[in-house]
Amino acid sequence: MTVGLEHYLILSAVLFSIGLYGALAKRNAIVIMMCIEIMLNAVNIAMVALSRYITPALLTGQVFAIFIMVAAAAEAAVGLAIIISIYRNRETIETTDIDLMKG
Amino acid sequence: MGVDIAFWVLAVVGVAAALTVVLLRNVFRTALALILCLVTVAGIYITLSADFLAGVQILVYVGGISILVILAIMLTREVQRGSLSNKFRIPAFLVAVIFLGVMIYTMVSNPWQISAAPPLEPTTSALAGMLLGEGGFILAVEVAAALLLAAILGAIVLVREK
Repeated sequence: MTVGLEHYLILSAVLFSIGLYGALAKRNAIVIMMCIEIMLNAVNIAMVALSRYITPALLTGQVFAIFIMVAAAAEAAVGLAIIISIYRNRETIETTDIDLMKG
Repeated sequence: MGVDIAFWVLAVVGVAAALTVVLLRNVFRTALALILCLVTVAGIYITLSADFLAGVQILVYVGGISILVILAIMLTREVQRGSLSNKFRIPAFLVAVIFLGVMIYTMVSNPWQISAAPPLEPTTSALAGMLLGEGGFILAVEVAAALLLAAILGAIVLVREK
């Protein structure tokens, strides 16, 4: 069975669902960030696969994937800085314990 | 044929690594599994003949973001407590499974118009034309540079000693 566009899209959906489960169900803020990285990578796979199979000569999907990588790098830098800052102030990064704004 | 085998191997290893990320308790091993998952995604890009993106994936994710994640784990002493689940574990699992089902149904039933043209190889010069050339994405490139600068300055301000 030759690998086609659907295989890449289904792989992307599986990775995205795994990341979604982790981001919703985990308590450790760093693990939640890792799951968000998995979700961003899954979206990139879908974009590059669509670019390869639907418009092979245009490369627009690959350009969008590059911009997603830029946003992911910025998000990782700021997010981990926020996590370290929270850890300094509260000695924990469990999201269930960070409830300062809970009514 | 070789590309097909490479895809299946990379897909199985990548999904297994992603499952390891969400199932393991040890945070440090979770980070190592994440790095494996990112490397397999770079391999997937190579099977899609996106050579430049594969290089960028290795440089930015495997070289940069994974180091940041491991540094954050080291600085926060959360390795002992481990990666536990919160009380939304079963609803989150149901949401993920329903989402996966809807996505697979949509993707398989949609009539994609597959182009028969061969992919561009190598992609680096074509991507440079798209990003920096006339009628390209030059404004977005400039905004991305400003975004990265702002993010790095913000990160430095956030973690600075008072």
